[in-house]
Amino acid sequence: MAGSSGKNINVTIKVWRQKNKNQKGQFETHEMKGVSTDMSFLEMFDVLNERLITEGKDPVAFDHDCREGICGMCSMYINGRPHGPKQGVTTCQLHMRSFKDGDIIVVEPWRSAAFPVIKDLAVDRSSFDRIMAAGGFVSVNTGNAKDANNILIPKDDADEAFNAAACIGCGACVAACKNASAMLFVSAKVSQLALLPQGQVEREERVLNMVKQMDAEGFGNCTNTGACEAECPKGISLENIARMNREYIHASTIANRK
Amino acid sequence: MASSPKLDSKIPDGPLDQKWTKYRSTVALVNPANKRSLEVIVVGSGLAGAAAAASLAELGYKVKVFCFQDSPRRAHSIAAQGGINAAKNYQNDGDSVYRLFYDTIKGGDYRAREANVHRLAEVSGNIIDQCVAQGVPFAREYGGLLSNRSFGGTQVQRTFYAAGQTGQQLLLGAYSALQRQVGMGAVKLYARHEMLDIVNIDGKCRGIIARDLVSGKLERHFGHAVLLCTGGYGNVFFLSTNAMGSNVTAAWKAHKKGAFFGNPCYTQIHPTCIPVSGDHQSKLTLMSESLRNDGRIWVPKKKEDAEAIRTGKLNPNNLKEEDRDYYLERRYPAFGNLVPRDVASRAAKERCDAGFGVNATGQAVYLDFAFNMKYKYGKIEATKKGIENPTEAQLEEFGHAVVKEKYGNLFDMYEQITGVNPYKNPMQIYPAVHYTMGGLWVDYNLMTTVPGLYALGEANFSDHGANRLGASALMQGLADGYFVIPYTIGAYLANEIRTKPIALDHEGFVKAEQDVQNQIQKLLNIKGTKSVDYFHKRLGKVMWDKCGMARNAEGLKWAIEEIRKIRDEFWKDLRVPGEANEFNPELEKAGRVADFLELGELMCKDALERNESCGGHFREEYQTEEGEAERDDANFSYVAAWEMKELGNWELHKEELKYENIKIAQRSYK
Repeated sequence: MAGSSGKNINVTIKVWRQKNKNQKGQFETHEMKGVSTDMSFLEMFDVLNERLITEGKDPVAFDHDCREGICGMCSMYINGRPHGPKQGVTTCQLHMRSFKDGDIIVVEPWRSAAFPVIKDLAVDRSSFDRIMAAGGFVSVNTGNAKDANNILIPKDDADEAFNAAACIGCGACVAACKNASAMLFVSAKVSQLALLPQGQVEREERVLNMVKQMDAEGFGNCTNTGACEAECPKGISLENIARMNREYIHASTIANRK
Repeated sequence: MASSPKLDSKIPDGPLDQKWTKYRSTVALVNPANKRSLEVIVVGSGLAGAAAAASLAELGYKVKVFCFQDSPRRAHSIAAQGGINAAKNYQNDGDSVYRLFYDTIKGGDYRAREANVHRLAEVSGNIIDQCVAQGVPFAREYGGLLSNRSFGGTQVQRTFYAAGQTGQQLLLGAYSALQRQVGMGAVKLYARHEMLDIVNIDGKCRGIIARDLVSGKLERHFGHAVLLCTGGYGNVFFLSTNAMGSNVTAAWKAHKKGAFFGNPCYTQIHPTCIPVSGDHQSKLTLMSESLRNDGRIWVPKKKEDAEAIRTGKLNPNNLKEEDRDYYLERRYPAFGNLVPRDVASRAAKERCDAGFGVNATGQAVYLDFAFNMKYKYGKIEATKKGIENPTEAQLEEFGHAVVKEKYGNLFDMYEQITGVNPYKNPMQIYPAVHYTMGGLWVDYNLMTTVPGLYALGEANFSDHGANRLGASALMQGLADGYFVIPYTIGAYLANEIRTKPIALDHEGFVKAEQDVQNQIQKLLNIKGTKSVDYFHKRLGKVMWDKCGMARNAEGLKWAIEEIRKIRDEFWKDLRVPGEANEFNPELEKAGRVADFLELGELMCKDALERNESCGGHFREEYQTEEGEAERDDANFSYVAAWEMKELGNWELHKEELKYENIKIAQRSYK
């Protein structure tokens, strides 16, 4: 088998159960015996759910889709850390080889006022879509573009814009932050477009509108603890927040002048 | 052979390279004032859906977008890794619209429609322009120009990319265009909504029934036209590189209401995926085809070496060069490791079946970067640094940095899943289900056989024939969404400007909703003993064993009977927990698997009917002496479009494929 460590372990899962956003939730404990360490964390939940269904119980609802770390849909808060103990991965890429025999694993949903719980571990992140709709774009209609190589972009700028654009919008930054701030998410998009020539025309308007929407959604403020960067599965840098602050101050001053 | 009268492909007259230009300039227009009163429903928010929705809204149409994920940005286009093709000829290596057209037709094993493919090649360059204008951060050279690489089945460098996350960056571009329209109120977004049926009224598609996945409520939505941009059906195999939620339901419901299904058996098995590790496996992960630019595929030459590797007695790094069989380079010297996917997949299967596989299951081959890392990139870097006689360690160090820059995220992903460091050890790979070339039959306008109902992107059958070339799926999804449908939809909607929105209490809507309601209740009321996954896994195994990389008549006949049995058991012994009026992921899965259980039968039927081998469809009875796919152009140069009469009873309609611009030939990559 591919890199099989071939081991089986026993773990205890304490998982948050909540019927819907209006009801109170509580933890529920499940013993998981003989879990293969080659299994992904979500596959361990598949096994748990399979068992719950066979026993006539309600399976644990959780969000997931691509299971290869790119769609940003999975969102578990595992032992106090978004996406679990491993650096730079999403929950779907976390494997049971990151745990030891006898471990107790506590699994909660993202916790933020701006991410209400839908059921169990699934939360509503539509606030992110609304922030994007407020300004996370270049206003260019289909069919108006000039030849792609007419825009020269220094490789370093393109690479840095790409690093910011690698954000998957999972919300781990919000879940990790004691203030439930969405600054890392918002600043990643602001940065990407501020670094590229295509984004210059709407640069000021963009940052003002996105920040305004972010505040309206009820996300907290940034107090520079850096938890977001530490927990981001895509390694989005805190520098983006600094850049967004600079963009914001610049745009505010310009707006005042106008 | 003449095409069935029920299939009017509406291909414009005139020379191939002028068809689209002329058609685009003459197709009926809808004036801006009328566009504002025309409503378009877009189901699915991947590259095709997001691009179409944004572009149509920009034109002034009233658009509604539906996706089952919590955000349109999560559609599975996001996972495409390697790149997107375009005939820009930026590399000055002889590329052209004609060459991209030719490669795509040949790659598809001469089973795609000439006019569609040529149009695709024509608009390919516009796509790159559009994406760059949106701020998509493609890879660049130091001079600031766009960078390119090669993909399988081509001999030019025409693939644009953004590290190993090209699909993500393109989708986020389309998503940003979509969100811009949402913010302006031109598009209304329905996330966490699943389309469960189309609504036909007086012979035209007039809307959909969707389920709000959070509340469980059924909703009726009217549209003057409905666009299905709902992706492929690879998850019929249970294990595939598709996302867990990817499904056939939208296309299948449309099929059951009159949309013909084209070439359902054409499935792409991707050669380079991480092998299955155990019974718990829920999905398979692709390692991008771009890796075949620098990775060399091999197995041991001797069976005893393979055996020793399988049992852990031999480290593959220690196997001497002369004891390795680089079988693709051996069999196909002209294209080497960059043969098309179907060819590479079959070759891997052949070696593993012959006993040369290298992991515990015997179902894996090596994809090895050591050689190019050291002797290609390491040497170049050493030269740049002015080191004339670099040591092996230096070569490895320098090469490592280059490979990391090119493929870093893929190597990381491999290590996360397998726990093995691919910089130090060759990757183990094996073919897995990846893409479906088949899909709803559409005409040149992308309209299905139901008037007003369209299919775009992977959901339609149109451009890839029997095998899709790498980096062409992103191209087709965006071509359909950005540059085809905004024009072709006018041909239909120009005649709909007098159609007033149909009231949602019209009996067509009421009946469709009732049918959906009944199906949901039926699923919940079985109250059997087995989970949805239990049936899905059984179906997947039958499909993989009998309708996968190799097929034969006997196996397919058996599979059809077996699938019917599984289907019967499903409807007798399924257990779906919870209620209809709540967030219920098991209920969603149950509905999707119910449709896969019907689709599987049609796929086998189509594979059985096609007595030839072509592209991804390999019938063991039809192969050359060297084991290559043997087409039968005299009898099978057609698109198989299936009309459903009732479950288990389909009528086959044939659309003849005419090649007027390409000399049809046995495909050779030797």
